[in-house]
Amino acid sequence: MAAVHGDAHGHGHDDHHPSGIMRWVRTTNHKDIGTMYLWFSFTMFLVGGFLAMGIRAELYQPGIQILEPELFNQFTTLHGLIMVFGAIMPAFVGFANWQVPLMIGAPDMAFARMNNWSFWLLPVAGTLLVSSFFVPGGAAAGGWTFYPPLSVQGGLGVDLMIFSVHILGASSIMGSINIITTILNMRAPGMTLMKMPMFVWTWLITAYLLVLVMPVLAGVVTMLLTDRHFGTSFFNAAGGGDPVMFQHIFWFFGHPEVYIMILPAFGIVSEIIPTFSRKPLFGYSSMVYATASIAILSCVVWAHHMFTAGMPTVGQLFFMYATMLIAVPTGVKVFNWTATMWRGSMSFETPMLFAIGFIFLFVIGGFSGVICAIVPIDIQVQDTYYVIAHFHYVLVSGALFSLFAGVYYWLPKWTGHMYSETLGKAHFWLSMFFFNLTFFVQHFLGLAGMPRRIPDYNIQFADFNMISSIGAFGFGLTQLLFLYIVINCIRGGEKAPQMPWDGATTLEWTHLPSPAPYHSFETPPVVK
Amino acid sequence: MRSKSVVTLSGISALALYSSMAVGSKYNFPEPQSVIAREIYDQHIMLMWVCLAIFIAVFGVMFYSILKHRKSLGYKAANFHHSTAVEFIWTIIPCIILIVMAYPATKTVIAMKDTSSPDMTIKATGYQWMWGYDYLQGEGEGISFYSKLSTPPAQVENKAPKGENYLLEVDNRVVVPVGKKVRIILTANDVIHAWWVPALGIKQDAVPGFIRDTWFTADKPGVYRGQCAELCGKDHGFMPIVVEVMEAGEYSKWAAAQLNASAVKTSMHVENK
Repeated sequence: MAAVHGDAHGHGHDDHHPSGIMRWVRTTNHKDIGTMYLWFSFTMFLVGGFLAMGIRAELYQPGIQILEPELFNQFTTLHGLIMVFGAIMPAFVGFANWQVPLMIGAPDMAFARMNNWSFWLLPVAGTLLVSSFFVPGGAAAGGWTFYPPLSVQGGLGVDLMIFSVHILGASSIMGSINIITTILNMRAPGMTLMKMPMFVWTWLITAYLLVLVMPVLAGVVTMLLTDRHFGTSFFNAAGGGDPVMFQHIFWFFGHPEVYIMILPAFGIVSEIIPTFSRKPLFGYSSMVYATASIAILSCVVWAHHMFTAGMPTVGQLFFMYATMLIAVPTGVKVFNWTATMWRGSMSFETPMLFAIGFIFLFVIGGFSGVICAIVPIDIQVQDTYYVIAHFHYVLVSGALFSLFAGVYYWLPKWTGHMYSETLGKAHFWLSMFFFNLTFFVQHFLGLAGMPRRIPDYNIQFADFNMISSIGAFGFGLTQLLFLYIVINCIRGGEKAPQMPWDGATTLEWTHLPSPAPYHSFETPPVVK
Repeated sequence: MRSKSVVTLSGISALALYSSMAVGSKYNFPEPQSVIAREIYDQHIMLMWVCLAIFIAVFGVMFYSILKHRKSLGYKAANFHHSTAVEFIWTIIPCIILIVMAYPATKTVIAMKDTSSPDMTIKATGYQWMWGYDYLQGEGEGISFYSKLSTPPAQVENKAPKGENYLLEVDNRVVVPVGKKVRIILTANDVIHAWWVPALGIKQDAVPGFIRDTWFTADKPGVYRGQCAELCGKDHGFMPIVVEVMEAGEYSKWAAAQLNASAVKTSMHVENK
């Protein structure tokens, strides 16, 4: 496909960019920036994972062993913030940077310079978050949802967290505007909206959600900041405010946020399942409509996080019904994936394994989601380990597994080498085993009455906590294997052909060699 | 044929697993001790069956396909990619299932929110890190006390063996009579706390500066334990809630003794002046 990437330059793929560290600092290339996003998020994933190991080590047995309660609360808080804002979200933006231009036949992102800026904000924000452990008073300890008045009590760590969230928000908004503009304006001739790959569709919708809700988050943390330092009383009843108002505003951001973390995952899986089934995606247009309905519904269900906060009966009923409705488009997606596999000609390379693992475990997380939507049951399980189990089933075996699937799927295109299939499969099965060992038992802990965010517990919860901790250590170690596989793949290995997967149909496979050249689609391909 | 029996077998074993789980409370909610807790328990069991049925149906199909429709078996891919009828059906069926789920839940929500005409009212106040109780109305009106964790620190620091009610025991229990509608009014002194007793099926946040309420009627005498369920700082894990339900006669004696003790305290206070 030399004609496409233009051999007029005539001197290889690495032309026109500075070398060494300045290549990465000044780059405006979507592939470089995508790579940096992915490495940044993996680094934060290890930091957040380290905190998770600390939490699980403390909870290995009843009694206080290694983390004092205050430090334990800092660990849980920062684990949540780092995983959500530092690991999962930037990883999906990294995928968007790499794949959106390749899949729509565009030469780069629309705002290449801004793209550089939105990445380089991230290390600043990440440093602020992590360094807050070392300031007087320690890091924020009010949970990743930082409800006031508790978060008004915290020290300097809370302020660092607030600034970090501001910066992350700015980065996300810029990234989203870039993605929307690129998708709407830079598609190859012939690629109508309804011909776009599903991954591009899900990212278009996700980017709109981000632009809608990130300013809300920025607003609410600013109100918290002024309550802390400038004498306002937005969330203080003594001054005429209301602590519960914070929860409404936060979750108006927070619920769409969980779909921001799962819609691109749906997109990745919707690319992988058809490829390895060697059969087109079943119900493409209903997939698009389902994604859009999930996004719209996600904006009117926020108070289901607050069923115990005290709400009128009609309020509780409205939010219960709206939440249950989300099960319908989500169910449609699962049925469509199943129908795509039905009578396909399937093979089970690592990306396919992770994609099937995703569907299997995400459905379990979806079921526990429906159970949590039922107000009377939620009254019992809210703020217990049941909820912890639920959202790790959708965020770890949902978002994270889809990210792994995507990395294995596109590594040949990114690096020009095949990863080790044996090690990849080992990574999948170990992750699958240890993930379930860690989180399945947490359902029982929650039902039996163990609250979340506690450093110590009654002895009746001891066995399941020990099992869960062993699983967590195994899961953590397994991810180092992933790092090894990726580094090995970058450094060498079997040469990847242009089209290593039989059933792939998107432009990066059909039109570009492996690895994809530094500048691709300078002349847009024509899509029929 | 073989894979059909595999699916059937795995279905049966999953059913057996779930039924065994329903028996031991280790795998389920604690045994319900009020009407509301019973409704919650039953709805949860019902939903588990519905989820299990859907799970078996969806993954039965998917795993059948995974076993049979493989490239390694030489299976040739079909090329269909949509069917309006099928897609319509699998949108409608979940809607119907959801309506069936929502109906009993709605009735329970309405019942849970009905705090009217209680037999007695107790105000619970969340503090960092203990609970305060004031009996506002009904038998025992005027009783007032704090309720703190009574587990010795040595047990937490692993210097002494842990007791059966480790972290779930307090110095002063909330005592209520059996079979009476008890309305709990909640507020907090500093940050948000939540008052949760799983066996009675209630959990309600206590929000500083605001009043919230909830209710329960205990079915039988006993001691029911719970914990604060909203992160409230350092000792969030160390402010349990213990409710002791007594027969009416015993409760009257307890209430009289409490009121008597506080009357003695007050009169001594007056004499000292």
